[in-house]
Amino acid sequence: MPHDHADHDHPHTLLPPDPALRVKALETILTQKGLIDPAALDEIIETYETKIGPRNGAHVVAKAWTDPTFKAALLKDATAAVSEMGYYGRQGEHMIVVENTDEVHNIVVCTLCSCYPWPLLGIPPTWYKSDAYRARAVREPRKVLAEFGVTLPSDMSVRVWDSTAETRYLVLPQRPKGTDGMDEATLMGLITRDSMIGTGLASAP
Amino acid sequence: MSAPEPVFEARWHAELFALTVHLNEVGRFAWPDWADRFSATLKRHGVDKNLNGGDDYFDAWLETLEAYLSETGAALPQDVAQMRNAWEQAYLSTPHGEPVSLG
Repeated sequence: MPHDHADHDHPHTLLPPDPALRVKALETILTQKGLIDPAALDEIIETYETKIGPRNGAHVVAKAWTDPTFKAALLKDATAAVSEMGYYGRQGEHMIVVENTDEVHNIVVCTLCSCYPWPLLGIPPTWYKSDAYRARAVREPRKVLAEFGVTLPSDMSVRVWDSTAETRYLVLPQRPKGTDGMDEATLMGLITRDSMIGTGLASAP
Repeated sequence: MSAPEPVFEARWHAELFALTVHLNEVGRFAWPDWADRFSATLKRHGVDKNLNGGDDYFDAWLETLEAYLSETGAALPQDVAQMRNAWEQAYLSTPHGEPVSLG
């Protein structure tokens, strides 16, 4: 919580903003009715803050770059392939991995709300949830990509994937040149979150 | 990896997210139903202005959850308002630095 006047004493604790008080109210009421377990809420926050994030997705991508059998399985049935690595959706969603090639660049959006492959990428960044990205990624994907610093050859096609509550997409970025012989752990360091959303490319070594 | 960013911009975003995920996991609602309702709220909020994906996004999320819990009777609006005010009073009457709890 921002503490923006630290230079004088507070007679009382800083009052949280209105929505924070409303969330607390819901938590208290539902706890009192026995409908929720407050410890489970802490566990969920802790999990998303420390255990689930883009490193999971990077692990999947690095494995796909180094293991052709895994890559084939991933492109065929991503839900099963990533589940075997211990990554599965809490909402039972179906995962699809789309592969970038010399001919096609993929980019993921959720025009409805902000569906996102949580188990592989964690919580989406703010821009992913903004109206601007959600509307423009479909309408003018090349312009959006350019704003992210990604300029594609004119003969490369761009495919936009619109996520839903049931289906979440992950982009398999192209493996950068000059990375032959690198192991999975080193490769993971080149795989950014944005490269798995499609608004970036994997970093050069 | 990209530069680290906080996963949640504000604590209440995290609490609201966790509360909703937990309610889904204990079977209070199916996730696709939640997503339908949430996207309808976002659409309504986005008519007059461009949502930036931060506080305004979670405001829409909270409004959706409050409406859902009200409809199912799990948390009625008058009870939520009363409890919200109780928390406000608790904050205002707790000396700075001490943990806040309902009396």
